Amino acid sequence: MKNKLFGSATIAAAMAFGLPAMAQSPVKIGFVSTFSGPQAAIGEDMRRSVELAKEHLGGKMGGKPFEIIYEDDQFKPDVGKARSEKLVQQDKVNFIGGYIWSNVLLASYKTVVDEGDTILVSANAGPSQIAGELCNKNFFSTSWQNDQTPMAMGEYLNTKGVKSLYLVGPNYAAGKDMLAGVKRTYKGKIVSEDFTKWPDQLDFSAEMTKIAAAKPDGIFIFYPGAHGVQFVKQWAQSGLNKTVPLYQVFSIDAITLPQQGDLALGTLGAQEWVNDLPNEANKKYVEDFKKKHGVYPSYYGAQSYDAIMLMASAAEALKGDLSNKDKVRAEMKKANFKSVRGDFKFGNNNFPIENFYIQETVKDPQGMMTVKTIATAVKDAVDPFAAKCPMK
Amino acid sequence: MEYLLLQVLNGVQLGLLMFLLAAGLTLTLGIMDLVNLAHGSLYMMGAYIAWTLIGVTDSFVLGTLLALAATFLLGVAVEIAVIRRLYTRDHLTQVLATFGLILFFNELVRALWGPAGKSIAIPGFLNRTVEILPGVPYPAYRFAIIVVGAVVAILLAWLVARTRLGMLIRAGASNRRMIGALGVNIELLFSLVFGLGAVFAGLAGLMAAPIATVRIGMGDDILILALVIIVIGGIGSIKGAFIAAMVVGQIDIVGRAFLPDILKTFMSSSAASSAAPAISQVLVYVLMAAVLVWRPTGLFGQRT
Repeated sequence: MKNKLFGSATIAAAMAFGLPAMAQSPVKIGFVSTFSGPQAAIGEDMRRSVELAKEHLGGKMGGKPFEIIYEDDQFKPDVGKARSEKLVQQDKVNFIGGYIWSNVLLASYKTVVDEGDTILVSANAGPSQIAGELCNKNFFSTSWQNDQTPMAMGEYLNTKGVKSLYLVGPNYAAGKDMLAGVKRTYKGKIVSEDFTKWPDQLDFSAEMTKIAAAKPDGIFIFYPGAHGVQFVKQWAQSGLNKTVPLYQVFSIDAITLPQQGDLALGTLGAQEWVNDLPNEANKKYVEDFKKKHGVYPSYYGAQSYDAIMLMASAAEALKGDLSNKDKVRAEMKKANFKSVRGDFKFGNNNFPIENFYIQETVKDPQGMMTVKTIATAVKDAVDPFAAKCPMK
Repeated sequence: MEYLLLQVLNGVQLGLLMFLLAAGLTLTLGIMDLVNLAHGSLYMMGAYIAWTLIGVTDSFVLGTLLALAATFLLGVAVEIAVIRRLYTRDHLTQVLATFGLILFFNELVRALWGPAGKSIAIPGFLNRTVEILPGVPYPAYRFAIIVVGAVVAILLAWLVARTRLGMLIRAGASNRRMIGALGVNIELLFSLVFGLGAVFAGLAGLMAAPIATVRIGMGDDILILALVIIVIGGIGSIKGAFIAAMVVGQIDIVGRAFLPDILKTFMSSSAASSAAPAISQVLVYVLMAAVLVWRPTGLFGQRT
C-alpha cells in the first residue's frame, strides 16, 4: 500500500514537473570567463551584464526559458580549454559565450567549433588567427579583431600630429596583435617596442626609466585589467605624466578606473563601444546597469550583453527551435538585434564591421571616473585578416 | 650614465622588496625546517590589513605601523593554530597544509574584501620625485622603499649577529635538536621567528601595495621568486638571502632594460623584443641551477 502510494506520487510529480520541462527543454548557454584571481573583476562585470541581458529578455529566448552555466577559466589557457570541453560534451550547450583572453580562446577554440553542435560567441578576445586562416562558421564575435582597436588609435594619433611613439605591451598573443595593430596605421616614428613578461610582471620601473631616457612624444600601451592599473599608477608616480602623454587601448576602463582615479584623467583611448553612445539600447543597458550596481559597465560587459542578445535574436527568429544549425548560423549572421554599439554587420569571417571611437577619461557630474566619446576614429572598419579567411 | 644609475636603483629597490620576503622564508625553512608556501599569503594579508587600517586611521604611517603589529599577531596565531602541528611531519605534509592555507587566505580575502583589487594611495609627502643627482629625478616613494628596505636589512643583520635572540636563531639554523636539548624554549622561539617572518612579509606587501595593487593572489607569484632567492643564498642564511635578492633584482632589471638592445644587435627588432622577456624570465632559474651545481647548499648554506 505504502509502495503503491509512493509510486503514484512519483508519477504525479513527474507529470507535474518532468513532462512539461521535457516538452520545453531550455536553451543552454555556457559562459567562460575569469571569475577568480586578480582579473576576477572583469569576469564579474561580464556576468552582471549577462544577467542584465537575461532580465531584459524576460528570461526567455524565442519563447523558451534559457539557462546560463558560468565556468571559471582561472585566467589560464589549459583550464579554459577543460571548462569549454565540459560545456560542450557534458552540458551539451547550444551556445558558448565569453572569453576575455586571446590565449584562453585560442586554446579552447578547436574543442568548441569542431564539435559542430555548439556555436561560440567571443565577447572579447579576437586573436588574428581566428579572424584569418582559422576562421570557422561556428564562431561569431561581438567584439573586434585584436588589431582593430589599436589601428583606430594609430589613425587618430596621425591626425593629432604625434610625431614619435613608444610602444609597451605584454608578451602574449593579444599583446603582439595590439602592438602590430598600431604599427599598421601609425605613420610617425616608433621609438621602441617593448614586451613585458605576462602575466607575472607588475613592476614597470625599468620600462619607465627607458621611456624617460627615450623622450618620445607619446606612450602607447595595452595592459588589460589589473596590469593597466599598475602601469598607469607607475607612469604617474615616475613623473612621466607631466612630460609624455599616455595613449591606450583596453587599459583604462570602468574596471580599472576606480583604482586609477585622478591619475588617469585626460588620457585618450580607442574603443568600439563607449557608455555614452547615443542609441536606445545602450541608454537602457547603461542606465539599468548603473541603477543595479552603482558603477558604469565596461566594454567587456557591453560585448557580453550583445553576445546574449545575438543568441536571442537567432532563437527568436527560429521560434526557439535551434535544432537546425545551418538555420541558426544564418540567423546569427544577420546580426538582427539592437546592439548597444549601434547597428553593425558581420564580415565574411563573422567579425563585426563597425565604428571605432576615441574616448577621454573624465569625471561625471557626480564625481565618478568614467570615459566619454570625443571623436569617431574610423567608420565601418573591416579587420585586416578578413581577406585570409576562406569563408564567403 | 644616469640611465645606468637609475636602472641599478630600480634593481636595488626590487631586490630589497624580495629580500624582505625571502628573509622570513629562509628563517622558517632554515630554523624550523618548515616549508611554508603560505608565506606569500602573509605578504597579501599585510597589504590588505594596511589598506583597511590606513582607511580607518586616515594616516599612511600610523596605518602601516598598526598593520605591521597586526601581521605579527596574525603570524603568531597561524603558527599556534596550524603550523605548530606540522614540525614533526614530513615536507610533503607541510607543502599540502600550507598550500591549503594559501587557498584559505585567498578565499578569506574574497569574502572580506571582495574580488576586485584595492588601491593604496601614495602618501602626499612621498608623491613626488626626488633628485638623487642634480637633474636626475627618481620617484620619492621608490626611494623610500630603498631606504626602509636598507634600514630593515641592517636591523635584521644586527638582530641576528649581535643579540641573544639572533644567537638562538643562528644556533637553530645550524643544529635545531641541539638547542632544544640545551633547554631553550623552542616553542616560544618558533612562534617568535614565525611572527617575525610574517612581519617582514607583511612589510614587503604593504610597501609594494601603492606601486602594485592590493589583490587576491598577489603573494603567490612573488613567492616562487622568493624561494629561488633562498635556494641561491643558502637556506637559513640571512646574508645569503640578502646577496641573492640583490643579484636577482639586478638580473631582472638587466633582462628588461638592456637585453632587448643587446639582442637587437644580432636579431631582427621584433624577434628581439619578444625573445627578451622570455629570456629574462628564465635567467634567474639558470642562475639558480648554476649555483646549485657549484654549491649544492647555496652560496651561504650551512647544512649538508
